Amino acid sequence: MSDTTNAAAGKPGKKGGMNIIQLLLEGRAFFALIAIIITFSLLSPNYASVSNFLIMSNHVAIFGLLAMGMLLVILNGGIDLSVGSVLGLSGVFAGFLMQGVEIQSAGIILYPPVWAVVVLTVALGAVVGMCNGVLVAYFKVPAFVATLGSLYVARGVALLMTDGLTFNNLSGDPGLGNTGFEWLGFNRIAGVPVGVIVLAVAAVITGLVLSRTAFGRWLYSSGGNARAAELSGVPVKHVQVAVYSLSGVFAAIAGLVLSSQLTSAGPQAGFTYELTTIAAVVVGGASLMGGRGTVTGTLLGAFVIGFLSDGLVIIGVSSYWQTVFTGAVIVLAVMLNSIQYGGVGKK
Amino acid sequence: MRTPETDESPQAEPDTAEVVLAARNVSKSFGAVHALKGVNFDVHRGQVTTLFGENGAGKSTLMKILSGVQLPSDGELILDGAPVEIASTVAARDLGIAIIHQELSLAPNMTVRDNIFLGREIMGPTGVNYAEEERQARALMRELEEDIDPLTLIEDLRLGQQQIVEIARALSVNSRILIMDEPTSALSASEVEVLFKVIRDLKARGVSIVYISHHLEEALTITDHAVVLRDGVMTAYAPRAEIDLEWIVRNMVGENFDIGSPPSGHKLGETALELKGLTVPAATGTGNAVDGLDLSVKVGEVVCIYGLMGAGRTEMMECVAGRLPATGGEVLLHGQDVSHLSIAQRIAAGLVLVPEDRQRDGLVQTMTVGRNLSLASIGKFTRGLFTNRRDEKAIIEDSIREVTVKTDGPDAAIGSLSGGNQQKVVIGKMLVTHPSVVVLDEPSRGIDVGAKAEVFRILAEHAKNGMAVVYSTSEVDECLSIAHRIIVMRRGRIAAEFTHDTTKEAIMAASGESLVA
Ligand SMILES: Nc1ncnc2c1ncn2[C@@H]1O[C@H](COP(=O)(O)OP(=O)(O)OP(=O)(O)O)[C@@H](O)[C@H]1O
Ligand SMILES: [Mg+2]
Repeated sequence: MSDTTNAAAGKPGKKGGMNIIQLLLEGRAFFALIAIIITFSLLSPNYASVSNFLIMSNHVAIFGLLAMGMLLVILNGGIDLSVGSVLGLSGVFAGFLMQGVEIQSAGIILYPPVWAVVVLTVALGAVVGMCNGVLVAYFKVPAFVATLGSLYVARGVALLMTDGLTFNNLSGDPGLGNTGFEWLGFNRIAGVPVGVIVLAVAAVITGLVLSRTAFGRWLYSSGGNARAAELSGVPVKHVQVAVYSLSGVFAAIAGLVLSSQLTSAGPQAGFTYELTTIAAVVVGGASLMGGRGTVTGTLLGAFVIGFLSDGLVIIGVSSYWQTVFTGAVIVLAVMLNSIQYGGVGKK
Repeated sequence: MRTPETDESPQAEPDTAEVVLAARNVSKSFGAVHALKGVNFDVHRGQVTTLFGENGAGKSTLMKILSGVQLPSDGELILDGAPVEIASTVAARDLGIAIIHQELSLAPNMTVRDNIFLGREIMGPTGVNYAEEERQARALMRELEEDIDPLTLIEDLRLGQQQIVEIARALSVNSRILIMDEPTSALSASEVEVLFKVIRDLKARGVSIVYISHHLEEALTITDHAVVLRDGVMTAYAPRAEIDLEWIVRNMVGENFDIGSPPSGHKLGETALELKGLTVPAATGTGNAVDGLDLSVKVGEVVCIYGLMGAGRTEMMECVAGRLPATGGEVLLHGQDVSHLSIAQRIAAGLVLVPEDRQRDGLVQTMTVGRNLSLASIGKFTRGLFTNRRDEKAIIEDSIREVTVKTDGPDAAIGSLSGGNQQKVVIGKMLVTHPSVVVLDEPSRGIDVGAKAEVFRILAEHAKNGMAVVYSTSEVDECLSIAHRIIVMRRGRIAAEFTHDTTKEAIMAASGESLVA
């Protein structure tokens, strides 16, 4: 209970001050982003250039996509540790399809067109996510453990599929009709990288789903109090399976974008990305207890984390210090979260 | 009606022989809401002072200030004649002030023993002395005449038992001022009797007690002083000997309330809800919580289910709603077997449950008042893919009006409502789905006389328009309000059935309750 703020609220003189503090608290991810951009622009002339922003946005796109899925899971009161591995597995799977699938019995090699590769890869992500969801919802495996399991399994399968090697040639062959994979990572529409546009579309759809659909309401309520939601007719188990499946889908899309950006797909891609993603969602103001969080906040969180780490690289801070900084930002964000949510809700 | 002769209004300087703790000119605001406006309040030494008031009057807020949970915006507290600042619950405990909260504050994943000693663990040479804690916990349970093993997890206890643990925790502190904010809302009559015995013992030991309850008659049997709070302002003070029930109600709400009578003038229709041989296994241990129960309720009929704690009322109702699986028997809604339907499907078919424990089963604490109210009707305001704001607003406003929720507006946080208003949200949320059968588990828990009359009036009206109503209660008085029939449950079965013209004594006797003098 934040008594001091409540007590202050009663005194008219302090009211203005209260509001500014509240505004700062609520828009903290936004202000943090502004502060990061200003600081690094002062420290390095290269930071605030259009080309650098586009490069950084390309990085942010990956984490942003993962964070959209993670937000859904965290709103539900769960956690998805498998997103990094699913990203890696999806890239490898796409690479595998691009190299051609040999059907031994028929003695032919199939080269699926790019759109089919995309569809199949996204389906793979959905299936892995659905396994997580079913484990959590119906077999009562704690989310942390279930997704930790898939983290290992997905990474292991990716390594098995490639023998630990990397698929380097993803550009396809005009003769086989499967070119165009690099479009996702390299092309620009009106100067904006396609990856960033994919993130924007994903964010708009997620935002609409959360704020304007029955599913969004189900998700917020089952994350806030699953028992009460269930008694009000919310299909809490279906919601749970759906959020993990969607998280898998987002991870697969991120995997496609990343391997397209790199024009290669390695089994180690996305290693530890799950942690960065969780950090982005938390910095964006979502509560790990479930029920609170927004798409805007999460996007800002992804930009804060992305712009901060790239900025540290640009001004030449050692990667050891980068780790320290990122950690500090995460802890600070969670601290502010508890201040914001401490006073409301339960006594 | 009696008018008291003695004016007990607090004096500017509290008389320390008589008054142990006093509040002077205490105000408390939450943003634009002024919960307390310059309140004076005396806690009488070694006696029971009862605070009466409507839902949202500010009772809990005042108690939270006295026990260090919240700080006042203005005013001062005087302990034994000297001004004090009670800045935290720990400070309050050090001053000898303990509180039993209206909304239970137990850790559900810990045992009864650990909850009782949470934050005050008894230390031995090798860490926490669990044996000693367990011994004391057992002694407390014996004192409260409750058969609860101290090693049970809180989440395995029924709501009433949890309330007993909350009481035990406050008792274990050995405080000299004990605040009880609606300690009996989930207790049955015999348990209340035990609690009152404990209160009398405490008084004999010189403990001063502040008591809050919406069970006015019950409170009158234990109190020595009555104080009435209305909209954040004290409206009356009087010694017990000089007042009666009417005086309290008049000062609380300005008029007298009738708890209602069974709706009449309409014909009861076909069977709306029928239970055939319903059997539900007990959550813990062996045996059945509900044991081959048969019950049928007609369209337009109001049925009251009375029983002691553990009689199986909650289990029966949760099974009807689809939360608990039955091991035998069936549930028929308008002649259709609904036993295989999910909760959502039953709500869509018109069968809804208003649960007993509002914090655990009724409210989503992270959502606003409005979103809680519309939660069960999402389908009704979804057009195609998207929800429709205007339709949702209409539904929310409808239900705020129907059950008269006292709130800042639909966007207020649900936690900012007083306990009784939260209860109204839980009821309103289900009624706004326009059910044909409504099952309410202790709907009057924590609501004031006016609101209680209001809720029963609404239910009676719905019954007249063809709704079948089943409600449970642990208050005998409420059995004899709007119910056409009273069913007494005992150990999972129907022990007796009465019509409206029975007596309280007959109902209590059938439930297996010892008669209270
Ligand atoms: N944290 C809070 N934020 C905003 N308003 C609050 C908060 N706590 C209480 N209030 C408001 O203060 C008023 C008094 O609430 P309080 O809980 O003291 O009522 P009460 O007398 O205990 O009612 P009840 O009988 O229903 O328990 C209510 O209008 C309530 O909405
Ligand atoms: Mg209260």
